[in-house]
Amino acid sequence: MSINWFKYSSPQTFYPLAGKMTPWFNWIAGILAVVGLYWGFFETPHILSEQKQYYRILFVHVPAAWMSMWLYLMMVGWAVVGLIFNTRLSFMMAASIAPSGAIFTFLTLWTGAFWGQTSWGTWWDWDPRMTSELILLFLYVGYMALQSAIDDTRRADRASALLALVGAICIPIIYWSVNCPDPNECTALHQQSSMSAVEPNIRIAWLIMVFSFWMYAFAIAFMRVRNVILERERNAAWVTELVGRKK
Amino acid sequence: MSLSEFISMGGYGFYVWMSFGMTALLITAEVVYVKHQRKQILRRLQRMAQLNAEV
Amino acid sequence: MSGKSTMLRTFRVIVMRDLTLAMRRRTDLLTTLFFFIIVVSLFPLGVGTEKAILRQIAPGIAWVAALLASMLALERLFAGDFQDGTLEQMLLAPQPLSVLVLAKVVAHWLLTGLPLVLIAPLVGLQYDLSAGSLGIMMLALLIGTPTLSLVGAIGAALTLGLRGGGVLLSLLVLPLYIPVLIYGAGAVSASVTSIADTQPYLMLLTGFMIFALVLAPWATAAALRISSE
Repeated sequence: MSINWFKYSSPQTFYPLAGKMTPWFNWIAGILAVVGLYWGFFETPHILSEQKQYYRILFVHVPAAWMSMWLYLMMVGWAVVGLIFNTRLSFMMAASIAPSGAIFTFLTLWTGAFWGQTSWGTWWDWDPRMTSELILLFLYVGYMALQSAIDDTRRADRASALLALVGAICIPIIYWSVNCPDPNECTALHQQSSMSAVEPNIRIAWLIMVFSFWMYAFAIAFMRVRNVILERERNAAWVTELVGRKK
Repeated sequence: MSLSEFISMGGYGFYVWMSFGMTALLITAEVVYVKHQRKQILRRLQRMAQLNAEV
Repeated sequence: MSGKSTMLRTFRVIVMRDLTLAMRRRTDLLTTLFFFIIVVSLFPLGVGTEKAILRQIAPGIAWVAALLASMLALERLFAGDFQDGTLEQMLLAPQPLSVLVLAKVVAHWLLTGLPLVLIAPLVGLQYDLSAGSLGIMMLALLIGTPTLSLVGAIGAALTLGLRGGGVLLSLLVLPLYIPVLIYGAGAVSASVTSIADTQPYLMLLTGFMIFALVLAPWATAAALRISSE
C-alpha cells in the first residue's frame, strides 16, 4: 500500500493534521527539555568544578546553534519543493519556519556572548563561527523582510523562496571566506567541534536538548503554519465552515 | 547542593541565568504570540462571516 | 541569421541602448560616483588624519564604499524598463531572458563599476597608499565589482516595483557581498607587505566572478519572471 503524500500537500487536509500533531511535539519537547536540563544541571556537577559552571550555557547554546542552521536548510528545502512542484503549502511551511530560525539564531548569538564573556573575557569576538551566525541572522531577516514587503502572496512566496535558495548557495562561500580571510595561510582558526571529545554526560545533555529544541521547532512551525493557512484560505468554504463551528 | 549554591553557579550565575532566561523568555513569547495571532485571525474571520450573513 | 548571432546582436543592442540612455541622464552616473568619493572622504575626518591609521583602514573603507555605491545604483537597474513596459517585451523576447539580463548587468557595470575602478587612485592619494597597493586595489575592484553587479541584479529583480525597495534591497544583497568584501579588502592589505601574496586573493575574486557569471543571470531571470507575473 502506498501513501498518497500529495494528499497532505493540500492546506485543507494538512490543517487538522498539524493541529493534531502540535500538542504531541510540544509534550515531547517539554519532557525532553526537563530531562536534558536535569541531566545538564544535576548529573554533571562532579565533572564541572566550581570554576567551570559557566559551561552550562552550552546546554542552550549548542542546540540553538544547531537549530539555527538546520532550520535554514529546512526552510530552503520547503522553498525548493514549492518552486519545483508549485505547492502552496510548501511555501507556507518555509514562511512558518523562518521566524523560529531567526529566534534560534538570535539566541545563539545571545548565549554565545555570555559564553564568550565567561570563557574568553569578551562579549563579542569576530570569531568565524560568531560572524557566520550573525550573517545567518541577516539572511533570515532578509527573507522575512522580502516576504512581508510583497502584498501579492504568490509573488511573495516565490520571490522569498528564490532568495532563500540564493542564500543557501552563497552560505558555503560566505562561511568559507569568513573562516579563511587570508588564503595564504588558511588553517582552521577556531576550536574544532568534536562531539566525541566531550565528556559523555555533557554530550547526553546536549543531545537531549538538541532533540527538545527540534521537537519544539516542529510544534511552533505547525502552530504558525495553521495561522498562515487560516489567513490565506479565509475565503475557502472549509475555513468558513470551520469558523462557523468555533462559535 | 543548596539552592543558593545552585543559583550562584560558582559565581557565574549571572551569565548562566541570563542565557537560560533569554531562551525561556523568547520561546514563551513566541508561543504566546502565535496563539494570540491565531485568536485574532479567528475573531476576524468570525466577524467577517457575521457581516456576510447580515448583508 | 543563425540563433547565436542574433543573440549576440541582441546582447550588443541592449548594452548600447542602456549606455545611450544613461548618457542622456548623466547626473545619475555622477551621483553614484560622488557618493563613493564623499563616503571615502568622510572617514579621515571622522577617524583622524594619522597617515599610518589611514593606510591601514584604506582597503576596508574603499571596499565598503564601493559596495554601498554599487548597491545604491542597483535600484535603477530594472526600474526604468519596468515602468515603461520594456521589461515585458524582454520577457516575451525569443532570446533567453538570462542573456538579456546579462547585457543589462554588463551595461550597468560599465556605468557604475568601472568608474569606481577609475576613481580609485583618488582613494590612494587620500589614504597615502603606495603605487603597488593602489594597482592591486584597482585590479581587485576591476575583478570584484562585476560580481557585485551580478549578485545585486538578483536582489534588484526580486524587489522590483516594491515600496521602499532600496532599503530592502540593501538588506537582501549586502550579506551576499561579504566574500567579495573580505577578499577584495584582503588583497589590498596583503599588498602592503608583498605584492606576490595577493595572487590567491585575486584568484578567488576571479572565481567568484565566474561563479556569479554562470548562475546570477539565470537567477535574475527567474526573479524577473516571478516579479512581473
